[in-house]
Amino acid sequence: MFKKFSASTDIASQTPVKTSVQRSIRANVLSQWKTEPETLEAIWPKKEGLMHVKCREHISIYTIHGEPLIFQHFDGPFYPTLRLLHKYPYILPMVKVDRGAIRFLLAGAHMMCPGLTSAGGYLPPADAALPANTPVAIHAEGKEHAVGVGITKLGTEEMRTVNKGVGVEIATYLGDDLWAVQTL
Amino acid sequence: MAPKKGKAPPPAPAAEPAVDPDAPPPPEPVPPVAIVYCGVCTYPPEYCEFGASLTRCKDWLKEEHPDLFDKYYSDEALQTKVGTLSLEAQTKLEKDMAKKEVKAEAKADAALKKKMASPIIIKRIERNKRKHITSVFGLEAFGIDLKKASKQFSSKFATGSSVTKNPQGLEEIVVSGDVSDEILEMIENEVGVLKGIPADNVELVEEKKKKGGD
Repeated sequence: MFKKFSASTDIASQTPVKTSVQRSIRANVLSQWKTEPETLEAIWPKKEGLMHVKCREHISIYTIHGEPLIFQHFDGPFYPTLRLLHKYPYILPMVKVDRGAIRFLLAGAHMMCPGLTSAGGYLPPADAALPANTPVAIHAEGKEHAVGVGITKLGTEEMRTVNKGVGVEIATYLGDDLWAVQTL
Repeated sequence: MAPKKGKAPPPAPAAEPAVDPDAPPPPEPVPPVAIVYCGVCTYPPEYCEFGASLTRCKDWLKEEHPDLFDKYYSDEALQTKVGTLSLEAQTKLEKDMAKKEVKAEAKADAALKKKMASPIIIKRIERNKRKHITSVFGLEAFGIDLKKASKQFSSKFATGSSVTKNPQGLEEIVVSGDVSDEILEMIENEVGVLKGIPADNVELVEEKKKKGGD
């Protein structure tokens, strides 16, 4: 999503968000992420106005004090930016890819099922299976921090059975152009 | 903003002093994980090995965070890392990374060279017979904040100065009045924000209005 992105050409407008809209975003984020209202309050204090940065291809980034925190494609789920995810790693469910996949991930490739199902990978167990189209934090084998944020294209159980093709689509990854912008 | 009408929020009369998103307010939020980013490639240090500047990253980490360096680059850490990959795959990967590093360095060099060679064009544009404006193009290639530079020009020359987009969609500074020689001088003397510009790259151009134009 952010493989090619530059603040000067891809941003259409920056506007403050209405309080009523902020409230609905807050409610949505709380329902989509595994986080308590208090923690969200620490991430995004109620008094701080959210800025809505509209970008090409229906991407919206929400920033506080110029720092991107949340982004969204069209009206899909909210994703945290990778820096935010590093600070609060538990807000998204985790999947893990094996070591061989890291360098492809860092080049922006989508994650294929075999990388998730192999010995180094990790998918949530059957009783905590994730459905398709869930935002996930992508971790890597032997690493502590997340390398990317993505959205599942198949349910996790389906990934195990099919074991072929794209399992997780990448939204943002370490070293992409969204990572490069620290403030907007 | 904060609208004052409608239902007033009853609880917590200004109980949150937290302005900084990193500072946790009173009602026990989970504190953020402290994380160190590499000063060279901006990745978390454990991912430096996949970046294009591993050697420099390693040096940086050794200097700044020796404990982390031991954690990631000690012999055992390397051992466990190799664990799941076959030996050939590992050596191949290492070779690839080394190649990539060399390439990235060459690229950075080339970019720097190109940057140092990029021209700066100071153009004197005629508006009305004896009135001119001056446009300065190409400053941003040297990492100069155009807005600040424009502010500096306007206060120095006591004239209007703005950052505008030229027809090619690139940004340039337009100063009213004919100040091209003064700007050239400022660049040579590196006044204020105008730093690190090789004066040889600066080019003075004159643009006359065509006859019969509006």
